[in-house]
Amino acid sequence: MAAARTLVLAGYGMVGHRFLEAMVGRGQLGPDGPWRAVVVGEEPYAAYDRVSLSSYVDGLGADDLSLVGPGFHDTPGLVVHLDDRVDAVDTAARRVTTAQGRVVGYDALVLATGSVPFVPAIPGTDTPGVFVYRTIDDLEAIRMWAAGCRSGVVVGGGLLGLEAANALRILGVQATVVEFAPRLMPVQLDEGAAAVLQDRIEALGITVHTGCAASGVRAEGGQVVGLDVDGRDEPIQADLVVFAAGIRPRDDLARSAGLDVGERGGVVVDDGCATSAPDVYAIGECALHRGRVYGLVAPGYQMADVLAGRLSGRDDVAFTGADTSTKLKLLGVDVASVGDAHGTRTEGSRALVYTDPLAGDYRKVVVSNDGSRRVVGGILVGDLSAYPLLVQYARGTLETPERIDALIAPASPGADAATGAGVAALPPGAVVCSCNTVDAGTIRAAIQDGADDVGGIKAGTRAGTTCGSCLPLLADLLDDEHRKAGVAVRRTLCEHFDHTRQELFDIVRVKRIRSFAALLAEHGRGRGCEICKPAVASMFASTASGYILDGEQSTLQDTNDHFLANLQRDGTYSVVPRVPGGEITPDGLIVLGQVAQEFDLYTKITGAQRVDLFGARVDQLPAIWTRLVDAGFESGHAYGKALRTVKSCVGTTWCRYGVQDAVGLAIRLELRYRGLRAPHKIKSAVSGCARECAEAQGKDVGVIATERGWNLHVAGNGGMTPQHAVLLATDLDTETLVRHIDAFLMYYIRTADRLERTASWFNKLEGGIDHLRSVVVDDSLGLVDELVADMERHVAGYECEWKATLADPERLARFRVFVNADEPDPSLVYVRERGQRRPAFPHERP
Amino acid sequence: MTLPDAMRETWVDVVALAALTPGRGVAALVGGRQVAVFLVADGELFAVDNLDPFSGAHVMSRGIVGDRAGVPKVASPMYKQSFDLRTGRCLDDDTMALTTFPVRVTAAGQVQVALP
Repeated sequence: MAAARTLVLAGYGMVGHRFLEAMVGRGQLGPDGPWRAVVVGEEPYAAYDRVSLSSYVDGLGADDLSLVGPGFHDTPGLVVHLDDRVDAVDTAARRVTTAQGRVVGYDALVLATGSVPFVPAIPGTDTPGVFVYRTIDDLEAIRMWAAGCRSGVVVGGGLLGLEAANALRILGVQATVVEFAPRLMPVQLDEGAAAVLQDRIEALGITVHTGCAASGVRAEGGQVVGLDVDGRDEPIQADLVVFAAGIRPRDDLARSAGLDVGERGGVVVDDGCATSAPDVYAIGECALHRGRVYGLVAPGYQMADVLAGRLSGRDDVAFTGADTSTKLKLLGVDVASVGDAHGTRTEGSRALVYTDPLAGDYRKVVVSNDGSRRVVGGILVGDLSAYPLLVQYARGTLETPERIDALIAPASPGADAATGAGVAALPPGAVVCSCNTVDAGTIRAAIQDGADDVGGIKAGTRAGTTCGSCLPLLADLLDDEHRKAGVAVRRTLCEHFDHTRQELFDIVRVKRIRSFAALLAEHGRGRGCEICKPAVASMFASTASGYILDGEQSTLQDTNDHFLANLQRDGTYSVVPRVPGGEITPDGLIVLGQVAQEFDLYTKITGAQRVDLFGARVDQLPAIWTRLVDAGFESGHAYGKALRTVKSCVGTTWCRYGVQDAVGLAIRLELRYRGLRAPHKIKSAVSGCARECAEAQGKDVGVIATERGWNLHVAGNGGMTPQHAVLLATDLDTETLVRHIDAFLMYYIRTADRLERTASWFNKLEGGIDHLRSVVVDDSLGLVDELVADMERHVAGYECEWKATLADPERLARFRVFVNADEPDPSLVYVRERGQRRPAFPHERP
Repeated sequence: MTLPDAMRETWVDVVALAALTPGRGVAALVGGRQVAVFLVADGELFAVDNLDPFSGAHVMSRGIVGDRAGVPKVASPMYKQSFDLRTGRCLDDDTMALTTFPVRVTAAGQVQVALP
C-alpha cells in the first residue's frame, strides 16, 4: 500500500465534521484509505450542533449537542487536536503551524474556519456583560452572567438574534431585541410576515425595536447598564448585551497566506471548493463561491460532500450554488422562507397573500407574471404544512398546480392535505433533502429496494438525517410507493401526533428531542394521552439510557414503570427480581423466600424462570427492594416494555446431551440487554442442544446450540398468537451472534409500531426473512455499525432502576399510598388459599 | 338562606401545591374517603373519586392524564378507560362516571378538597 497522503482540516465545526464523515463514507479515510487526516479545532469541543445552540441553556450539555458518533475518533488515520488553532499556512512548503506550535505538512489543506460574529464599531463593546452568540463557551459565559440579571438586549433581529433572545428567555432574563432594519428577519421575511412574527414574539414578553441602530454600550462601575440607540434619548436598560447581528467569514488565515479573498470577506473558491492556492480548499461559511457566502449549514454540507468527492478523484461532482430556502422554529414560531421570497429576482412577479393576524398565520406565494404562472418563492409563518411542496414548485422540480391559492388557503375539513397530494408528480430529479442532496428518484429506488419506513429511507439514502424538515415528504413518498405497490398501512400514534411510531422515533433520535413537551409543541398537538406518553417515554429510554422517572418523564410512564412494579387486580403490585438465565444460588433463593415471608407476599414461579412476589403495596416497595438489592438482586423489568428474560436449559454445565454453554450465553445476553426499552416486551431463550428444552423457537430472540456454534432464530412468539421463530443465521460464533442480535433488536426498536411484538412486526416486513437477513446479516443498508453502536450505548448506560431509586430520597418520595396519611389502602381485603393470601373477590368481602 | 350544616362544604387540607407534579396525580384520604387529586400541565387542579368503577380498585390517582379532543382526562391504569376530569364522566362508557369534588388552593399554597 502506498503511504497515505496527509489532509489537514483547519476548523472542526459542523461542516468540517461533515467533510470527515464524507471522506470516511467514500472509503478515503479509515482502514486502508488513501488519506490520513489531522484535524485542528480551536474550541475545546469536537463538532457540535451550532444550529441548536439555544438548547444548551435549556439543559442540554455539550455532549448532547455533539455531532461526533461513538467511536468516530477511533477511525484509523484520523488525528484530532482540540484547543488548538492553525495560525499560519506556508503554501509553498505545504505545511501549517498551529498556536500550540505543531507543524504539520499537508498534501491537501481544507479551511473550514467558519465565521465570526459581527460586532458594530460602537463604544463600549468590550465592557463586561457584552457577549456574542456563536459557541458553547459564549453560551456558558452568557449563562454565568445572566444568573444575576433581570434584563438583556440582543442586537440583531435576524435568525441568530432571535435565537439569542430565546436563550435569554430560557435563562429567565427579560429580553429586548434591537434590529437595524425596519422589520425582523429582513433577509427571509417581508413586512407582513415580520409583523405576524413580531406579534407572536411580543406575546411571549419579548420587546422588539426595529429600525433602530445601536450606538453605544452604557457602562457603570465597569458593567453594562444599558444600550444606547439612535433616535432615543434614554438608553434601553439592560444588565447584559448580546451582539447577534450577523456573521463575517473567518478568512484571516487565508489572507495572511496570500489566498484570494473577496472584497467583503470570504475565501474565493471554485465549483470544486478549491482556493487560489494549489491543494488548498475552503468549505462552509468561510468560503466565497460565485460572489456569495452562505450562512446556512445545508450549503456548507453540500460543499463538504463535493470536496470529499473531488479528493477521491471524482471530477464530475461540483458545487454550483445552493437553494437558501429555510424552515425553522424561532421562539416557538414556525417560519419558512422559500426561493425568491421577496419577488425581487423575478421581473414583474406577483404575490398571493393569506394572513390571519389573530391566529398568527401568514402565507405568501410569489408567482411569475410571464404567462407561465410559475411559483418562484414564498414565505410562511405559523402553519408550515405547505413548505415541502412550495420548495419543489420554487425549484421548478414540480409543476405549479392549477390552483395556486389552494397552497395558502386555510385548510378546510375534508380537503386533501397540502402535502401528500403532489408527491406522486415529483420527478425523479427533484431534490427532496437539501441538506444531503438526495432526490426523489433515489428515495423511490430505496423504497423499492426494501426500505419500508422512513428510518429505512434515511439509513439507505441519508435523506432526512440532518435538519429533518423533509421527513414529512419522505413519509409521503413512502405512502405513495406503498399505494402503488398495493400496500396501505400507515398507523399514526394517536390523536396527538400525525406520525407513526417509527417516524416519531426518528424525530426523537435525529433531533435529539429529550422532552415530551418539546416534542408535542413541535410535532404534535394537545396535551398527550395514555397512548403517546408511555410510547414517547420508551423512545427516550431507547435513544438515551438513563433513569426513566425523573422530572417530566415520571408523568409519561404507565403505573408499572412509575412504581417499577406490576399492577395487580386489587391495586397492589408484584415484584420480580432479575434471575439471569434462570440460574440462582441457594442463598439467593433463601433471600427471596425470607422477603416473601416477611411481607407476606404470594409467591409463584413464572414461566420465564424467575420468582414473582405478589401483593406489595406501593409504600412497601422500597423496603422490599432494599432487602433485595442488599442481597445482590436487580430489577427484572417485568413491569417494562423491555427485555424480560433470557431463559436457558442447563446445557453443558450438567446436561449429558448439551453441546454448548447455554446458561453462560443466556446470562451474558440477559446482562447485555437488561433494561433495554422497546415497543413491546422482548423474550429470549438459549437451548444447549437441538432438543430445544428452553423453547427458544417461541421467543423474540431464540438461540439454539449446534456442534459448530449457535443458530439464531427470531420473531417467535408464545401468548395469544403463537408463532414459530424464523431461522436468521446458522453456526455463528458468539461474537457474531451478539452482533446480529444487537442489530436485530435495534432495527426492531427503531421501526416497529407501538405495542408490536417482533412476530407481528416481522409479519409486516416487506421482503420477509430475506429482507431481515440482508439488513441484519449482510448489512445491505450499511446500518449495522450504527445499530450496534446504539446498543453499546445502552449497555454502557445501564443502571438498576431500583438501586438508583433507593439511593435518592426524592425518587423515593412517590412511594406513598396517600399524600396526607400514613396508612394502607383501607379497602384491601385478602383471603388465604393453599397457604398463601390473594385479594378477595367481591362475594368474599365483608 | 342558611344551608343546613350537613350540606355545607367542609374544606380539608390535602397537600401543598408545590409538592404536586404537573401531569401526575396523588391519592388523599378526605374524611375517610379516597380522593384522587390531579394537577394538569396547564396548572388546573381536579379532584375525583380514587375508586375505579371498572376494576373496583382504588387506583385512579395513578392514571396517566392528558386530553381527548381538548377534554382534560385521566385514563384508569387498570383497564385504560378514560374519564373527563371536569365532570367525572367516562368517555368510553356513558353509563359510568366518577364522583368529582370541589378543589381549591389557599393563599398559603395548600390544596384543599371539599366533600359534599
